[in-house]
Amino acid sequence: MKLAGESWKRFCGLSFAPALRWALAGVLVLLFAASAEAARISDMQDTNVWEQAIRFFSLRDDVVRTALLGSIFLGISCGLLGSFIVVRKLSLFGDTLSHAVLPGVAIGYLVAGEKDPFAIFVGATVAGVLGTVVVNLIKKTTHIKEDSSLGMVLAGFYGIGIVLMNRIQKLPTGTQSGVNKFLFGQAAAVSPTEVWMIAGVAVAAVLMVLLFYRQFLLGSFDIGFARSLGLPAGLFHYLLMMLLAFTVVVSLQAVGAVLVSAMLVIPAASAYLLTDRMHRMLVLASVFGIFSGVLGAFFSFLGNSLPTGPLMVLAASSIFTLSFLFSPKHGLVSRWRKRRRGQKRIENENTLKAIYQVRESYGFAGEGVRVKDLALRMGETTDETRRRLEKLAAVGVCDLKEIEGKSYAFLNPDGWLRACAVVRNHRLWELYLTNQAEYEPDHVHDDAEVIEHILGEETVRHLERLLDYPAEDPHGKLIPSLADLQRSLTKGSSEDKATGYRMPNQ
Amino acid sequence: MQEIPLETHDLTVAYDKRPVLYGVDVQVPEGKLVGIVGPNGAGKSTLIKAIMGIVPITGGWVKVFGESFARGAKRVGYVPQRESVDWDFPVNVMDVVLMGRYGRLGLMGRVSKADREIAEACLDKVGMLPYAKRQISNLSGGQQQRVFLARALAQESDLYLMDEPFVGVDAATEAAIIELLRELKGRGKTILVVHHDLPTAQTYFDMLMLLNMRLVAFGPTEEVFTQELLQKTYGGRLTILSEVANTVMKESK
Repeated sequence: MKLAGESWKRFCGLSFAPALRWALAGVLVLLFAASAEAARISDMQDTNVWEQAIRFFSLRDDVVRTALLGSIFLGISCGLLGSFIVVRKLSLFGDTLSHAVLPGVAIGYLVAGEKDPFAIFVGATVAGVLGTVVVNLIKKTTHIKEDSSLGMVLAGFYGIGIVLMNRIQKLPTGTQSGVNKFLFGQAAAVSPTEVWMIAGVAVAAVLMVLLFYRQFLLGSFDIGFARSLGLPAGLFHYLLMMLLAFTVVVSLQAVGAVLVSAMLVIPAASAYLLTDRMHRMLVLASVFGIFSGVLGAFFSFLGNSLPTGPLMVLAASSIFTLSFLFSPKHGLVSRWRKRRRGQKRIENENTLKAIYQVRESYGFAGEGVRVKDLALRMGETTDETRRRLEKLAAVGVCDLKEIEGKSYAFLNPDGWLRACAVVRNHRLWELYLTNQAEYEPDHVHDDAEVIEHILGEETVRHLERLLDYPAEDPHGKLIPSLADLQRSLTKGSSEDKATGYRMPNQ
Repeated sequence: MQEIPLETHDLTVAYDKRPVLYGVDVQVPEGKLVGIVGPNGAGKSTLIKAIMGIVPITGGWVKVFGESFARGAKRVGYVPQRESVDWDFPVNVMDVVLMGRYGRLGLMGRVSKADREIAEACLDKVGMLPYAKRQISNLSGGQQQRVFLARALAQESDLYLMDEPFVGVDAATEAAIIELLRELKGRGKTILVVHHDLPTAQTYFDMLMLLNMRLVAFGPTEEVFTQELLQKTYGGRLTILSEVANTVMKESK
């Protein structure tokens, strides 16, 4: 494995972009991850999958080397350009472009009479540009909107492409033509010339992004502002579109026209979920692109020349699924866990509030609260209340004690402060709604039940100032103010422990 | 002779062949806070976009500080409408403010430490320095507007064009912005602000530009803010102009 990595490094001899260093690291990781995968498959089947995998990773075959190199470069350019089309909301445009090149591929083949990479490159580029022009023409001259014109051009050009492909298949040389590989891609069919083209586009993309990162960033974020600076925003837009078109065209052989756009969008979208800085998104998307590309090529090779495109897209989709679920900020699982934590906190705060209210009903005498009283207050059985209190105890703000056969709950200073804060938030908010927003006093309770848990310290201070440090809520109950409270707490706990926490106004 | 920060002559703009601004002639003197007011669709935003070449002009010319816009661009700062960008874009507050420096960096220049310091100072001025590392989607409307303002300040321009900076911001931000604009004016900068709240327009600006597809009036606020001129700007007489514009568009298709 190490040797394979070494020979790989020598084979590429690259050292100019940090993105590529990432790429290299990605490949090395892949070597280990994927070989484990391969082992599992060989357990299930009785073929020599294991040997195939070794063949793949030892890079003995030229075919493998070309395919792998092609997939890596393809991943880089797809990741870079894809990031820009995702943040510019041009994904559908990318899709249309990739389908529109198909007739160009066929015509290129027909004109050259064989699978000539250059003829196909020229044909595909021309067709792609033509497709873009038609989209703009429909949009400008009619009242048909862009999405419809994109959809029509996508399907229309693709249809023409399929018809032409079928014609080619029926030619005497058609069956070995290999043009059908342009639909779903075949990395093993990528010729060295094509790899050079893929590499050329990838290098150009990396260089352009490194050199003109600022222009691309600003042009994507705020093109009006870019123009107002006197920057040639249009020029950079076309540069980006041109790179995009070239990426699509050179990727055709490896990924296929149907799924190129997926390789543009999915790695970039996955990266978009994981980071909120553009430069990190570019690097991540490239790494994901490389990863998907190489995995796709690998499984295609393993399965004896399965179409590469769908396998690459499958790999990319797996990455997307992972970031969709586990992205720290936007992931489904992390959001669910955050909500869960929030609910737990609210539940605990409600218990604390109830304890406060029970103590209030005692006139703040004594230290503990009888579990039975608390249960009565919350309208539930003592067992349910006990479970609540155990949750509070688990976060360390409450102790449960048995005294003379009766169970009591005792809050520690942290818990008591928190309980007071929640009650204060609730009552302050009620007062604000009745005094400032002129609600009726009987309309405000439900709203305050929600707000009490989310009012921040700063808002509370602001409210207190606004309401001129009030002492009572609209229902005539005491509002504990935080400053007073802290004072009473320190006094109460040092001098006069037995009476518990006093209220400041007592 | 004093430089004229902004001069337009017979400035005409058409969207999709539909004329939206007819022959605007203005000469904005230096050191003034100018409000551009008029009804919806009057071409207020179009005017400032046309000045900066963001929308193509179909006739007339624009000069900033006596030169074409392309040459004078470095001396012009811009605050676009807040809704004109995608606030989910993967950049943070600092990234956005640094964009104000891009016009001075040249094609290949890198953002220097000095640029960063200027950007930080500008963020501080609008009270947003603590948010420098915040992703822009986590900002309130008022905060977003402050970031745009900081970006324009980072341009260190002499003429500022602002498109509806008071829309959707809280009262505190509005007060902060107007204070900032007055301070800029005090330093001899010229500021044009697209605004569509008439009562505040009277108090905020030294000069008003009343616009409704054409320039109705331009002059000191106390002279221009009259019943008659406002009626002329907002009144029904101009429907003919817009009907004609529609006809022009239909004819040309």
